[in-house]
Amino acid sequence: MELSELQKVTVEKHVNHFLEKPGALLPLMHAIQDELGYVPEESYPIISKAYNLSIAEIHGFVTFYHHFRTHPSGKNILQVCRAESCQAMGAESIEVYCKKVLGIDYHETTKDGSISLEPVYCLGNCACSPAVMMNEKVVGRVTTKKIDDMIEASK
Amino acid sequence: MKHKIYIPIDSTAVSLGANDVFGAIVSEAKERKIDIHIVRNGSRGLFWLEPLIEVETTKGRLAFGPVNLDDVKKLFDDEFYLGSDSSKLCLGLTDELSWLKNQERLTFARVGITDPVDIDDYEEHHGFNGLKNALKQDAQSIVKTMTDSGLRGRGGAAFPTGIKWQTVLDTPSDTKYIVCNADEGDSGTYSDRMIMENDPYVLIEGMIIAGLAVGADYGYIYLRSEYPDAQKTLNKAIQTAKEKGYLGKNILGSNHNFDLEVTKAAGAYICGEETSLLESLEGKRGLVRYKPPLPAIEGLYGQPTVVNNVITLATVPIILDKGADFYANYGMGRSKGTLPIQLAGNLKKTGLIEKAFGISLKELLYDFGGGSFSGKPIKAVQVGGPLGAFLPEHQFDTPLDYEKFSEINAVVGHGGIVAFDDTTDMSKMARYSFEFCAIESCGKCTPCRIGSTRGMEVIDKIKAGIDQDKNEELLRDLGDTMVNGSLCAMGGMTPSPVISALNFFPQDFGIEKKDAVA
Repeated sequence: MELSELQKVTVEKHVNHFLEKPGALLPLMHAIQDELGYVPEESYPIISKAYNLSIAEIHGFVTFYHHFRTHPSGKNILQVCRAESCQAMGAESIEVYCKKVLGIDYHETTKDGSISLEPVYCLGNCACSPAVMMNEKVVGRVTTKKIDDMIEASK
Repeated sequence: MKHKIYIPIDSTAVSLGANDVFGAIVSEAKERKIDIHIVRNGSRGLFWLEPLIEVETTKGRLAFGPVNLDDVKKLFDDEFYLGSDSSKLCLGLTDELSWLKNQERLTFARVGITDPVDIDDYEEHHGFNGLKNALKQDAQSIVKTMTDSGLRGRGGAAFPTGIKWQTVLDTPSDTKYIVCNADEGDSGTYSDRMIMENDPYVLIEGMIIAGLAVGADYGYIYLRSEYPDAQKTLNKAIQTAKEKGYLGKNILGSNHNFDLEVTKAAGAYICGEETSLLESLEGKRGLVRYKPPLPAIEGLYGQPTVVNNVITLATVPIILDKGADFYANYGMGRSKGTLPIQLAGNLKKTGLIEKAFGISLKELLYDFGGGSFSGKPIKAVQVGGPLGAFLPEHQFDTPLDYEKFSEINAVVGHGGIVAFDDTTDMSKMARYSFEFCAIESCGKCTPCRIGSTRGMEVIDKIKAGIDQDKNEELLRDLGDTMVNGSLCAMGGMTPSPVISALNFFPQDFGIEKKDAVA
């Protein structure tokens, strides 16, 4: 699939913006993903040309980091913490519950496109485990009831 | 008269509804025509009582908590805003709470007290005193103060900060960098997050002083992407510090320049390792580098670079303000000063405790922590993140001290303590350690990249009762290979939780406990 005209303009805008910046790839990919929702692989040739990097290098960079996606996500992203502190407080049952009610596994998106489910390894909310993050909002001492409310609110 | 009310803006407090409580208090006050002034302060770190709100009284700040949305009307009925203690949520004067009274808050001196982004508030609470002292000294004398203070890297490696700075100072170069490692990925730790959200200027001040000390004029804060609130707060604080002349050219009229920016990471645990972090900052995959050369000699873009953790840098201002001896007088042995300890996992009272080194795990878990949240016995704790050993109850007497922990093959690390109750299957935790390593390994060293997956398989076999003796030996052997064959702590320390779980809880693996294993 080719980039839409709007996507192309967006990628080019950010590519030009960071052209002089040392270590540009990290802020560049954030800027692209923040605006387009993901980093389209079709943007690699533009980046490759502007930064004098091979497409393999760009692909290697993007896929190294868990945060970057090369495909569109759902409207909302629900991240469930799987780290030790949350496990000690029953995160596993929260994981199982989320997968069940959403009918999806990690790295998948619900059929209506409303929620993508992702694992996360620590939100720094360990004093109030278990924790999840809906988009940029962290919720502590999470219960299945709170999960229901969040899913309902995201529709 | 305006009544001053404090409602924390810390993201853990917010995760428990502090913003909703804020909204409810604003509208309730409006409805009752009560004149209030709300300060969004940081959290005091008593997270089991969050949202914890405070009211200013003539005797000091009066605490109420945990305040939920449906408590707000009743609080107003009880005239909490007048400083009345009749509400059942009233906890008494904040400063008199034993949890806080029994701490030694140096790095966290202002946290929870001030409005995080209010620079005047920061200045009124001894802010920038350290920087002002540093500006009167030459670089070598600042470094000497740091060396004399005995401060060691609080990120986990515990390397003496003064020695690191001395190396950078002694390495001639026109360009040097200060890099703050804010990629706090260890489970059970949140002290970096608290500093950045609740007292960002102390970190900025620490970085400016580091710049003066080694001759660097640019800094980066490499911040994990899981902390969006910290990013917003830091950026606001950096902007204000620039406007006030603390950052930029000719800081406070001196001939020194220093500027800094926040770089948002992208969710790779390994980038908390300093050389991997530097690769990432340079816009590359976060592959660990060989050492030597040390980053202090060839770091970011090949230039001499100080890489310090948030807590390390945030401790610099008080040392420069009060002197090396003041700081070094806290602590025990070679572990000088204080450590911001974070209680997490299955504990009743979780939160931040800053204490001098030397306090025992037992005191932390039972006196501060109040025992397990579930009410069941605590089976094990993991100190220092996912690469730290699991400690069984008979080791709870160990004092928090780098060397004492090292003697029992454990690490203090970044000071996070995660407690597990007796329903925990430790073989599952051991397997998870390998799983985490497989997900987060940068892939450079074979023992880490492949060994982690093989490790999961071996644990599965042991649990299934397949050739148990042989597979147990294989697991220990694999641990040795990872320890000795990996460049960094990811592969080198993953066996630590695994082998400690195997040694102390063999029954969870379906292995009969042998006498030989201590």
